[in-house]
Amino acid sequence: MVNFIEKFGGWWLDLLVSLGNATLFLAQMLSSLPSLLKRPSLLVKEMYSTGVMTLSIILVSGLFVGMVLALQGYNILIDFGQENRTGTLVALTLVRELGPVVTGLLFAGRAGSAMTAEIGLMKATEQLSGLEMMAVDPFKRVFAPRFVAGCLSLPMLAAMFSAVGAFGGYLLTVLVLGVDSSAYWSLMQLSVSFTADVCNGLIKGAVFGFVVTWIAIYQGAECIPTSEGVSSATTRTVVYSSLAILALDFLLTAVMF
Amino acid sequence: MSDDSTALVQIRDLHFSRGSKHIFRGLDVDIPRGKVTTILGPSGTGKTTLLKLIGGQLKSDQGTIHVDGLEVGKLNRRDLYALRKRMGMLFQSGALLTDLSVFDNIAFPLREHTDLPENLISHLVLMRLHAVGLRGARDLAPAELSGGMARRAALARALVFDPMMIMYDEPFTGQDPISMGILLALIKTVNAALGLTSLMVSHDLNEALSISDYAVIISEGVVVEAGSPEQLRASESAWVQQFLQGKPDGPVPFQAAAPDYETELLGASGGLH
Repeated sequence: MVNFIEKFGGWWLDLLVSLGNATLFLAQMLSSLPSLLKRPSLLVKEMYSTGVMTLSIILVSGLFVGMVLALQGYNILIDFGQENRTGTLVALTLVRELGPVVTGLLFAGRAGSAMTAEIGLMKATEQLSGLEMMAVDPFKRVFAPRFVAGCLSLPMLAAMFSAVGAFGGYLLTVLVLGVDSSAYWSLMQLSVSFTADVCNGLIKGAVFGFVVTWIAIYQGAECIPTSEGVSSATTRTVVYSSLAILALDFLLTAVMF
Repeated sequence: MSDDSTALVQIRDLHFSRGSKHIFRGLDVDIPRGKVTTILGPSGTGKTTLLKLIGGQLKSDQGTIHVDGLEVGKLNRRDLYALRKRMGMLFQSGALLTDLSVFDNIAFPLREHTDLPENLISHLVLMRLHAVGLRGARDLAPAELSGGMARRAALARALVFDPMMIMYDEPFTGQDPISMGILLALIKTVNAALGLTSLMVSHDLNEALSISDYAVIISEGVVVEAGSPEQLRASESAWVQQFLQGKPDGPVPFQAAAPDYETELLGASGGLH
């Protein structure tokens, strides 16, 4: 029993120390952000590798998720004679929930893991130490641009996911299942509020971007500098990010809607 | 600050631990100005750690490290970075940035810290690349370089700010004889031509001592012997002789500490059954 309490206490202490270190890391990263104003080119480069390179998987996924939502929604709504409202169902589901959540999960798997692996390998190959010895702060040169790029990219990707998903729903509902095109778009327009739905969805995307990028960069910077250490850190990024997205989504949904 | 009579790096009563392992237990070392100094010692004795302590990447538990009169442990970030601009470091792996070409790697510190026009940066970089024999490799990516070429490129980068000292972490590890010869000649020539202070950590005893003016042997957290290569070779310490000559047995036994061999083989009963 004493052993169990000892282990449980030790586990909590380790968790608190890790959280404390991650918070200090975040504080240092945030304090490095003003340096980006002098070097916007660093941000543009990271936006390309983080955001633009993730675009294809987001667009393809968005299209299929939109079509699946439309198909499921149509099959349910037709029983009530409300198949014209399929567009509303697709749009609200995408904008409020699936857009930011699925984009966040895909972003963690594609960009977050890549970020952790890249930073971890920079650590393993002494590139981060090399920067420090050249009097170049890795927080300003490496971490801050990636962090801002992640925070900005995710909400934009989520918006594109939702837009493409709505279009996918249109393709299936209107072109395949024969629902009236104007009903699809006009009912969607009537039901979806810009502030309550679209903006809250974008806020969710920004929060997920903040958390996923923070986890990805921290795991890369703190990993054990070996191939096994980088591999474990990459796995942790995807697992922690996914859990954080799902937990935060519940909290945000409870507050927003 | 730059008094030629004093050592460039003065280490006094340095203590440093990692977890429960004591790496340095009251280390005292002076690194003389304008010389090539080599730190020697068995694996795991903390030679690379010492370079990181001098560069301010690690903090000591106790004791002081002065570089050019500045106490490294007490410098704030800005002053530490200002000091690092005057120190070059050649990492074992080269530590070149993999997303930049050789040219851009050498130009990197200049672009980060100065507003020099691009044509002047180009001239400075080409001069450094020419000095290390890599002017023709300027457009290659680090992944396209051999190990020796990567270290030469890293040396060119370390030289780009005309530092007062360069630290070399195992510069000869894994090098073929030609690459090793090139690196030896470069380190010696660069030190003499630019009036640098070179501090080298190496396992390649004969090669390192052949270009060293001064050497320090560290073991178990303290200095075991220090002096010119000739003085070290003439040392009466059996430990130093075993280390320098690479003898498999001596004060450092071949066998790890273990129970008596005969007793273990024959057992307490005194025979095989």
